[in-house]
Amino acid sequence: MKFERKDILGISELSVNEINLILETAESFLEISTREIKKVPTLRGKTVINLFFEASTRTRTSFEIAGKRLSADTINISASTSSVVKGETLIDTARNLEAMNPDVIVIRHSAAGAPHLLATLVKQSIINAGDGAHEHPTQALLDMMTIKEKKGKIAGLKIAIIGDITHSRVARSNIYGLTKMGAEVVLAGPSTMLPRDIEQMGVKAYTKLEDAIPDADVVMMLRIQLERQKQNIFPSLREYSQRYCLHSRNITLARKDAIVMHPGPINRGVEISPDIADDSSRSVILDQVNKGVAVRMALLYLLTGGNE
Amino acid sequence: MAENKNIKVVMDKEVIDRCLTRIAYEILEKNKGVGNLALVGIRTGGDYLAERLKKKIFDIEGEEVPLGVLDITLYRDDISISKKKPHLGKTKILFSLDDKKVVLVDDVLFTGRTIRAAMDALIDFGRPKMIQLAVLIDRGHRELPIRADFVGKNLPSSLWEAVTVSLVEKNGVDEVIIAEDN
Repeated sequence: MKFERKDILGISELSVNEINLILETAESFLEISTREIKKVPTLRGKTVINLFFEASTRTRTSFEIAGKRLSADTINISASTSSVVKGETLIDTARNLEAMNPDVIVIRHSAAGAPHLLATLVKQSIINAGDGAHEHPTQALLDMMTIKEKKGKIAGLKIAIIGDITHSRVARSNIYGLTKMGAEVVLAGPSTMLPRDIEQMGVKAYTKLEDAIPDADVVMMLRIQLERQKQNIFPSLREYSQRYCLHSRNITLARKDAIVMHPGPINRGVEISPDIADDSSRSVILDQVNKGVAVRMALLYLLTGGNE
Repeated sequence: MAENKNIKVVMDKEVIDRCLTRIAYEILEKNKGVGNLALVGIRTGGDYLAERLKKKIFDIEGEEVPLGVLDITLYRDDISISKKKPHLGKTKILFSLDDKKVVLVDDVLFTGRTIRAAMDALIDFGRPKMIQLAVLIDRGHRELPIRADFVGKNLPSSLWEAVTVSLVEKNGVDEVIIAEDN
C-alpha cells in the first residue's frame, strides 16, 4: 500500500489501512533506538520545524529525537521565544517559515483546527502535535502501537478511557482510532467532563469509574488538566481523586492482565495512584513514550520525500 | 509476468541448492572455518539464502554462525527522490559486529547500490573486521566499484531483461528466471 497524504491532521481522516501501515512502519523503526549509533541517513538534508504554541516535554522532545535519528535538521520554536510575543499572527508566522523551505512543520496550538489552517496555507507537510481539545493523532498512534505490542491485537479488546473526556484531545483521537480498529471503547468521568453526545462516536459513557473498567483489557487514564480547574468543572481535586483515581483496589475490577496507560504528565495521587503508575507488571506508561519516537519517525519517513 | 516474452528458467531447485552448498564450502575455505564468522542477509531474498547457508555451514562444521537480517531501505540513495515510499522491513542484528568477518548475502547483484547501502548500514552497527559478499546471481551492469566474493551463477543479461529469484520461503518455489521486461 502507498501512503499518499501530505499532512497528518487527525486520526478521524485516516483509514484502517493507513493506520496499519503507520504502525507497521513504526515497528521497523523501534530497532534504531536500540542501536549504539542511533541514526540513519534517510532524511539527510530535510528540515523539520517544531512549532509549539503550548507547553510540551514529551511530544516536542520525541519529535526532535525522531527527526534527528533520521538525520533531518530539526528546529524548535516555542511561542514564548518567537515573534508571537510581538503580535505576529499564526498565518504570518507560517508564511515566513514556509519561505525558509522546511519539509515538515509539526505544530501544537491551543486552537482546534490550527494545523488544518496551516495545511491549506503552506505547501509543506503539517503534522498535528495537538490542537486544542480536538486531536492529538501521534499520541493515539503510539497508544495503539503499545496496545498492539502488549495485547497482540486491538480488535475485540475492551478499552476504558477515564477522566476529563471533554477537554482531552488524546481521548478524542484514541476514540476515533480504537473504534476504527475494532475495539470496544468505554468512557468514564464526571458528567461535567463528558460531552453530551459522546456516545455518537460509537462508545459507551459512564459517570462511575467502577462501571467502565470491569473486564477491561486496557485502562487508559487521562491527565486532569489542573490549568482548567478554575473553570469550575469539578468541585475539588480531592473529590475527583476519591471517585476517579485508579488504585490497587479498583484496578482489580479490570482483567487480571489489564494494562494501564497514561499519556503523561501524570498527576500522582490525582488520577492515578503511585503504586499503579510504578507497577511495571501493569503500567506501560514508559513503553508509550518509547513507542512515541518510533511512531514519529514513521510519520516523518512516510510524509517526506520526492514530490518534486 | 504473463505479458513477458521469452521466459527462461535459468536455475531450478537442485541447481540453487548445489550452488549454495558450494558457496558454504567456499565461505569456510576462505575464512578458515567459522571463527568470528557472521552472516547477514539482505531483505527480502538474501535473508532466506543466508538462513540456508547457516544450515549448510552447520551441517559441515557442526557450529552455529550468528545470523542477522538487514533492511537497507533507510540507506538507499534514491530515498529522497523516489516518489513512493518503499515498505520498510525490520532489521534484526542481535549480536555485535565488532571484529566479525561478515558475509553479506543477497539474491541478485546488479548495480551494486543495494550493497553500498548495506555496507553503510553494517558500519553503523559496529566495526566488522571484514565484509564479504555472497550472491546467488551476478547479472552484471555495476554502477559502483563493487564485486562479489562468492557467486552462485554469473548471468550475463541485458538491461531490458528482468531476473527474478523465487524462493520457497516467500514464493513457494525455488527457481531463477530471466525474462524480457515488457
